[in-house]
Amino acid sequence: MFEVPSLSDLNVGATLPVTLLALGACVLLVVDLFIPRERKSITAWLTAIGIGVSLVFSLLSLSGAVEFGSGELAFSDMYRADRLTDTINVAALITALLGVMVAYDYLERTRLQRGEYYILLMFSAAGAMLMGAANDLVIVFIALELLSIPLYILSGFRRPQEASEESAMKYFLLGAFASGFLIYGIALIYGATGTTNLPEVWDAVAGVVAEDSAAKFLVMIGAGLVLAGLGFKVAAVPFHMWTPDVYQGAPTPVVAYMSVAAKIGGFAALVRVFGMGLSTFVLESGAPAAWQDTIWLVAVLTMLLGNVVAIVQSDLKRLLAYSTIAHAGYILIAVAAAGTAGLEDTAAQAVVIYLIAYAFTNAGAFAVITAMEKDDASNTSLDALRGLASRCPWLAAAMAVFMLSLTGIPLTAGFVGKWFVFKVALQADLVAAAVVGVLTSAVSAYYYLRVVWMMYFEEGEGDAATPPALAWAIGVAAVGTLVLGALPYLLSDMAREITLAFGG
Amino acid sequence: MVPLWMYLLVAAGLFSIGMYGVLARRNAIAILMSIELMLNAANINLVAFWRYNQPAQVGGQVFAAFVFVVAAAEVAVGLALIINIYRQRRSVVADDVDLLKW
Amino acid sequence: MENFYNLVPLIVIIPAIGLLINLFAGKYLGEKGVGIVAVGASTGAFLVSVLLWIALVDTGFEAAVVNMPLLDGWIRIPSAGVEIPWQFRVDTLSVTMMLVVTGVGTLIHLYAVGYMHGDERFPRFFVYMNLFLVFMLTLVSGNNFLMMFVGWEGVGLCSYLLIGFWFDKPGGEGWRNSDAARKAFIVNRVGDFGLVLGVLITFWTFGTLDYYRPHEEPLHVAAHGAEESAPVFAPDVPEAEAVEHAPSGPLGVFNQAHLWLEEGGHRVDFGLFSMSFEATLTVITLLFLLGATGKSAQIPLFVWLPDAMAGPTPVSALIHAATMVTAGVYMMVRSNVFFHASDTTSFVVTLIGATTALMAGFIAMGQWDIKKVLAYSTVSQLGFMVAAVGVGAYAAAMFHLVTHAFFKALLFLGSGSVIHGVEHGHHHVAHAHGDEHHAEPFDPQDIRNMGGLRHRMPVTYWTYLIGMLALAGVIPFAGFWSKDEILLDTLKLGTEQGRLDGYVGFVLLLVAAVFTAFYMTRQVALVFWGAPRTEAAAHASESSPTMTVPLVILAVLSVIGGFMNIPDGFPVLGSLFGVHELTSWLEHSVVYAHAGSFNFLLATAAVLLALAAIYAGRLVYNDRVLRTLRLDPLEADPRTSRAFALANAKLYWDEFYFKYIVYPFRDAAHWLADRLDWAFWHDFVHNEVIYGTFQRATRVLTEPVDRGLIDRAFNAIGEAIRAAAARLRTIQTGYVRTYALSVLFGALLVMFIILLPVIRELLGM
Repeated sequence: MFEVPSLSDLNVGATLPVTLLALGACVLLVVDLFIPRERKSITAWLTAIGIGVSLVFSLLSLSGAVEFGSGELAFSDMYRADRLTDTINVAALITALLGVMVAYDYLERTRLQRGEYYILLMFSAAGAMLMGAANDLVIVFIALELLSIPLYILSGFRRPQEASEESAMKYFLLGAFASGFLIYGIALIYGATGTTNLPEVWDAVAGVVAEDSAAKFLVMIGAGLVLAGLGFKVAAVPFHMWTPDVYQGAPTPVVAYMSVAAKIGGFAALVRVFGMGLSTFVLESGAPAAWQDTIWLVAVLTMLLGNVVAIVQSDLKRLLAYSTIAHAGYILIAVAAAGTAGLEDTAAQAVVIYLIAYAFTNAGAFAVITAMEKDDASNTSLDALRGLASRCPWLAAAMAVFMLSLTGIPLTAGFVGKWFVFKVALQADLVAAAVVGVLTSAVSAYYYLRVVWMMYFEEGEGDAATPPALAWAIGVAAVGTLVLGALPYLLSDMAREITLAFGG
Repeated sequence: MVPLWMYLLVAAGLFSIGMYGVLARRNAIAILMSIELMLNAANINLVAFWRYNQPAQVGGQVFAAFVFVVAAAEVAVGLALIINIYRQRRSVVADDVDLLKW
Repeated sequence: MENFYNLVPLIVIIPAIGLLINLFAGKYLGEKGVGIVAVGASTGAFLVSVLLWIALVDTGFEAAVVNMPLLDGWIRIPSAGVEIPWQFRVDTLSVTMMLVVTGVGTLIHLYAVGYMHGDERFPRFFVYMNLFLVFMLTLVSGNNFLMMFVGWEGVGLCSYLLIGFWFDKPGGEGWRNSDAARKAFIVNRVGDFGLVLGVLITFWTFGTLDYYRPHEEPLHVAAHGAEESAPVFAPDVPEAEAVEHAPSGPLGVFNQAHLWLEEGGHRVDFGLFSMSFEATLTVITLLFLLGATGKSAQIPLFVWLPDAMAGPTPVSALIHAATMVTAGVYMMVRSNVFFHASDTTSFVVTLIGATTALMAGFIAMGQWDIKKVLAYSTVSQLGFMVAAVGVGAYAAAMFHLVTHAFFKALLFLGSGSVIHGVEHGHHHVAHAHGDEHHAEPFDPQDIRNMGGLRHRMPVTYWTYLIGMLALAGVIPFAGFWSKDEILLDTLKLGTEQGRLDGYVGFVLLLVAAVFTAFYMTRQVALVFWGAPRTEAAAHASESSPTMTVPLVILAVLSVIGGFMNIPDGFPVLGSLFGVHELTSWLEHSVVYAHAGSFNFLLATAAVLLALAAIYAGRLVYNDRVLRTLRLDPLEADPRTSRAFALANAKLYWDEFYFKYIVYPFRDAAHWLADRLDWAFWHDFVHNEVIYGTFQRATRVLTEPVDRGLIDRAFNAIGEAIRAAAARLRTIQTGYVRTYALSVLFGALLVMFIILLPVIRELLGM
């Protein structure tokens, strides 16, 4: 009945970055058994090498220097290797690399040094990459779970500490709950269009809308449920409530990684599903896609709530958790803009630019908190920042860079991201969303700059320890933030060729 | 032959029951079970749509199989996490787990 | 063997690798490992130089230009027509310098392993030394002025780092060391400024900085006095046609200059004004000369070199005697086409060189510090080389550069050995008395504290004696041949061309040569002859073999080094070693190299004068004087005491500079800072005018407008946001149920909004 496809039919070559990473994780799972407990630095190195190799492949593919496989599609049209895939791969892999670097010393000093940490991290990075490469709703779902399940475990990695366990359980229960919505939504879309392949969905949705049949409702409800499921992943309001609790309770290096990786994966999937699959979901000809209003309203809610509640936070991790919610709002504006016909590509580019800028900045900020955090998970309050600048001038300078970048001050990467997002929002006539975005950015300056103020102008005992790997991670993140901010064309060149068209 | 809408109704009902369970039950295990109900509701949808719309292609069926696998993985992880909590606090009541808030 | 040419990048890369290893792994390698790496790197570079030499000989001295891998297009601004490649030039001149730098460098590295034994910053020292090799070899091997400049600045940096190497010695000595380092660096900046300006004008004039483009041969003219300098053109091109059939396309600076000079009437446009090409060359060469006076320690910028002796002795030997300070001479020889074209510059160069030679020789007679004597001697000998450049005797200048590298390195290393020995003796004595802590300040470099060391340190003594004879110019030691050639060329400039600077230069140099013999005799007598004048000297001990072996090798070179350029007309030796070997070798790359002939009368006179000076020195510093040295005999004698005081005070150069440059500069800076910047600009303009006015204006705006309206409004908004935030945060109950409910609520909300158009339609709205 079935022909067994050969490797070249599957076009495995095109999937090399993610395949290598996943296979590497599998191999490492076995190898790690033979690495004694006190030599886990080997596992860390092997992980970093695996991620590095994958990153090199992604960059080669991105630069166009090498073409892997033949054509864009792989695994029977399940996997799509285009510019968006490459850029998302790069973003996810850089985040993973930073994640490993941030984690190593933390695990060492809290005596959590276990190989599974790195392997789970690799799997979850593979999940984020797959979400960017999804050409089929099945892949979206599987990749989402591949991204999430390791993160559930990592959140609880610091057992038997209660906060860590609690955050893991909350994250898990709510995550599974949200997956229920997602899968139900996918089922409805499948019912309406008869396919899960995104280009085919794209084709079919146009027909469904034209027929004005009951299937239209299925697509509408399905889209809403999928948005809820993915919105949960990226921490959009009102699906955000897990975020502060989980970020506060989970080990800080995990947060540094997952606050970025989950967003990369979630937004990549949003762009794929909405910008690519459902972009033809237009009720009246000439109008934007039916989901556009929803997404920008969610974006506005997200920006407002995230920024406003962040103001009253006293714990740094919790503050940054709300900050990540707010940033999800900014990126959602760009996703909403993809609903306007003709802007899908520009919007996807803006999303990618924002994500890469955000990856350096946010991972860096959490890395700084990792450096401050004491072994008993204390010392992460805002007060702990007092006088940090005099004790650790370089660390404070890096933190200041991250805070300025999160605020969106020019010459930092954050500004570049916001610039492109607001630009595409205006192109799509989402003026209200853009205005709210600018205003809430101004509000956000209040709490971001308070962090800088605390470090530089308050007297106190602020202190931190930066072992080499962590110092390198912070340094790389800070330099990346500044370089991408000072040379914006790096980002825009990288994203310029992203296109969601299906190649005919 | 049973019409498609009946299957969809059952699935919707199952999904709602699951959702109610998540919201109403206090025991984490029960919440986990309710989530399983929701996933299975989706599975019913998938299989029903496959059977009625595209019986020639296996897409829906395969998807349902994937959902089983993922659900199993989730349960494995979820139970492990819950057991961890239980060891610490001698309780699996989700509402007791509220150290982190505000 | 042409393939050997492609090895030339290694000459920079090998020391670079050595320094990187020592930089990152130095502290784990231990002294032995660090020494092996550093000496190995230096030896490797030396072997590459030898291979290049073989390649040159094998290919008939064909020069080659080699691109650096990965770095061929170094500076490239197509829109401005700027293209400066990173290219190495292998020709006889650069290979001569490479051989000297790496050969002497290797010996000094080896010596330094022994000398620096036990220093707490042992690896760092060798990192600096290898770094110096990297830059020095870049300087001599580059094919354009910019690479030379990179090396030039780099060796300056290394010099700075190494002079101040012991910046943390206790008792103010560390301060003196770092002061000396800064002085060297700052004084050199003055010279560097000249060089930069010269290079910029060169670029403006020629549009390139390449000496010669690849596959371009130096265009030769029949140099005056050269009897057999067959021009080296591309094969089979007769001389007459060569100029007409000059290489097409853009030329390197020297051939271009050559052609323009030949044509005549070329003008250089500087935008605001234009200048004849000849005048431009004069300006360029004078600026180059300023650079050379800095790096090669000539009047007026030589003052840094004696102070630079604060660095460890191997540094003095390698950098401040044998190699770096000759960079200025190399640069001028390299630019011989330019210098030859300008009579004005030649005149200035000759006088500066000859005056420096004499002046430094005079000061050297009144110094007590063993290394200071040698430092002034170096200045003096560099003056000989510069004067040789001035009279157009480029080959003689290079010849003296090479022999000087041998015997001056030997003397410095010997002095290091002496210092080491005396220090050792001092420790021995202090230890025996058990009062190490209360030891009186003891200067192991002061030759008054020495005497009679020939018995305690025989190897050092005999090698030092050879170095002294070579420096004094006694036949047949190396210094005789090179110095004689310079003297003869200088004299011939006067007799053959009737040039005044030839006569003046000759007289000055001849007197300087007499001084040289005298102060060297004085030094050897005070250090080695007679009886020990201190306990330390009496207990001094011979140095270890790592230090004495380089001494012996350099001593051998100091004896035979002169045979590489025997003048023609000299009996026996000429037929034995060949005539003008070095000159005809250099002719392939130095256009105006020319061989000097031998003048029996002059040679005899020079040697006799030197011997007379040595004899006089021995008479003055006889054994009776040496036994109880309180004052220098010259100081004691009323006829010479004033002169000695002048020499001892270094002719008040430093005082002069301080009084007329440093202090006025400092006062001006103070004035600018206190009066202009602070009192006028800050207090008055800034505080009073701008700030005060602004403040008064804002006070009007602040109270009613800002405080009353705007502030209150913003505060209200801020309060409202805070209140909202505080309320919103309480939603976060911490219960999973609440959160799940919020997800459900969200999903419903989303669906509602999506369905809104449909609902509207259904309701008929």
